[in-house]
Amino acid sequence: MSVAIDTHGLRKRFGSTEVLAGLDLSVPAGSVFALLGPNGAGKTTTINILTTLVKPDAGVARVAGFDVAASPEEVKQRIALTGQSAAVDEVLTGTENLVMMGRLSGLGRQAARDRAAELLERFDLTDAARRRLGTYSGGMRRRLDLALSLVVDVPILFLDEPTTGLDTRSRQELWNVIRSLAEAGTTVFLTTQYLEEADRLADRIAVLDRGRIAAEGTADELKARIGGDVVELRGADGEVLLELPTDGSVHGLRAAIELLDHSPAAAVEGAQVSIRRPSLDDVFLAITAGAEASAPELIESK
Amino acid sequence: MTTITTLPTASAPVRAELGPFTAESTFIARSFRHSVRDIDAMLMAVLLPTMLMLMFTFIFGNAIDPSGGYVDYVVPGIILLCAGFGASSTAISVSRDMTTGIIDRFRTMPLRSGAVTTGHVVASLARNLVATGVVIAVALLVGFRPSATPLEWLAVFGLVALYILAITYLFAAIGLAASSPEAASGYGFILLFLPYLSSAFVPVETMPGWLQWIAENQPITPVIETIRGLLMGTPIGDSAWWAIGWCVGIVVVSVVWGGWLFRRRAGRR
Repeated sequence: MSVAIDTHGLRKRFGSTEVLAGLDLSVPAGSVFALLGPNGAGKTTTINILTTLVKPDAGVARVAGFDVAASPEEVKQRIALTGQSAAVDEVLTGTENLVMMGRLSGLGRQAARDRAAELLERFDLTDAARRRLGTYSGGMRRRLDLALSLVVDVPILFLDEPTTGLDTRSRQELWNVIRSLAEAGTTVFLTTQYLEEADRLADRIAVLDRGRIAAEGTADELKARIGGDVVELRGADGEVLLELPTDGSVHGLRAAIELLDHSPAAAVEGAQVSIRRPSLDDVFLAITAGAEASAPELIESK
Repeated sequence: MTTITTLPTASAPVRAELGPFTAESTFIARSFRHSVRDIDAMLMAVLLPTMLMLMFTFIFGNAIDPSGGYVDYVVPGIILLCAGFGASSTAISVSRDMTTGIIDRFRTMPLRSGAVTTGHVVASLARNLVATGVVIAVALLVGFRPSATPLEWLAVFGLVALYILAITYLFAAIGLAASSPEAASGYGFILLFLPYLSSAFVPVETMPGWLQWIAENQPITPVIETIRGLLMGTPIGDSAWWAIGWCVGIVVVSVVWGGWLFRRRAGRR
C-alpha cells in the first residue's frame, strides 16, 4: 500500500497561539481521509501546510512523495485545493472560470474549452455556463469551485470544509461527486466539522483537537473506542432527553438502566427508551472531553 | 522517529509545463474582462477627469488666466489626474484577489507569483490609455491647441504610459498592503491628491513657500512639466530626466515592496 500524504511532528505557531502541536498523519493513496475537528482545531492550517501555502515551523510533510517545504513546485504539479472560501472569479462566467483554470493547468485552448463543457455537464451547471459567478447560488458556486479543482486529474485533492453552508440537497450532491472521485482512485483529503460527513465519506478519520490528533481510525474503529451501545431516552415528540453510553457489557447496560431509574427525565410522560450504536458525536465528545468519558455517565442533551 | 515504512508514491506531474507567456496572457485576458465588465469604474475613470477639465477651463479658467489660455495650461495636469484615477482601481482588484480564496488556488498551482499582478497592471495600462485618449479628444474639442510634432506626441505617449505603469504598480502594492478592498480604495484616494500639490493646475510660484518646496520636489511636477513642454513648447530643462527617474524608481520600489508583501500576506488570511 503506498502513502499519498504523511507528516511527522508538524508544528505551527501564529504569534502566541500554537495551532499545530506535533501532527502525525498517514494517508494511504486512493483513500478518502477526513480531518475532523471543531473551529480553531487547526484543520485549515494543516491543509495550508500540505498544499504549500504555509511553511511549518517544525516537522516534515510529504505529499505525493515530495517534501512540501523542499519541493513545493513538485507538490503543486500533483495537487488541487478547494479552499474554505469559494475560490472562484465572481466577474467571469462559469465557462470562463473553467477555461482560465484549464489554460493555467497547461491545456491548449480547445482542450480547455472541451474540458470546461464536460465539467459543466457533470456538475449540472450547463444551463448556467454563460452566467457570471456573481449570480450563482451557494450550492452552484461550491460545485463550480470543486469543478475548478478537477480541470486536470490530480492524484491528490484537498477539500477544506467542502459542504459548510450548503443545504441538505447540495451537500448530498457534493458527497456523491466526492465518492465517485474516490472510486476513480483519487486520494481525497478533506476537513469537516460535520461528523455525519466524515462518517459517510471517509475511509479513515482523524479527530483533531487543539493541534493534535486525538484519535484516528475508521468510523467503526472510532465508535468501538467508546465501547458499546448507547441507551437513549426520547420524549413523546422524539426529542432526546438523555443519552447514556455503555461499555457494551451486561453490567454496563444494567448500570445505565440504574442511572435512568434515578433520573427525573424517565418520569416524563410518553418517554421511550431505546438502545442504539454510538454515533461519531458520542465519539467526538468522549475523545475531546478526555479520559473521564469511559465510565457511563449522564450526557445532558441540548 | 522519522522512519517511514512505506515510501510515498512519486507520481508523474499532471499539470503540463506552461508556455513562456501562457500564465501572463491568461491573467491579462482575465483582467481585461474585469475592466470591460466593470462599466461604472470605466465611466468614472473617463468622466471624472473630463468634468474636472471642463470645470477648470470654464469656471476657474477665466479667473486664473483671463486671456483664455488656461485650457492649454491645465490639460497636461488633467491627463495625469486621469491616469492616476483609473489606476487606483488596480488597488481594489488586487486587494479583492487577496481577500477572496482565489489567490490560494493560484498559489497551489505551479505559476509564477507575479503573473496575477502582471494581468492587473497590463489591463490598467490599456484602460488608462483609452481614458487618456478620450480626455485629450474632449480637450481638443473645447479649444486645447497643442503645438507638438508627431515625434513629440510619441514622446508624450511614452511618458504617459510610463507614468501609468509607475502609478499602477504603486496601487497594486497598496492593494497588497491594504487589509480589505475598501481600505485599498481609501489609501488610493490620498495619492490622487498629489496632482493638486504640483504645477498641474497653477504655477508653483503662486504657492506659499513651504508648499512650493513640496510641489517642486514631488514626482508629478517634472512629469507634468515634461508633458507640457512637449505639447506646448514650454521649456523642459532637466524635468524629463527627473520624470523618467521618478517613474522608473517608483516601478522598482513598488515591484520589490509588492513582491515582499505578496509572500508575507498570501496564505494567512
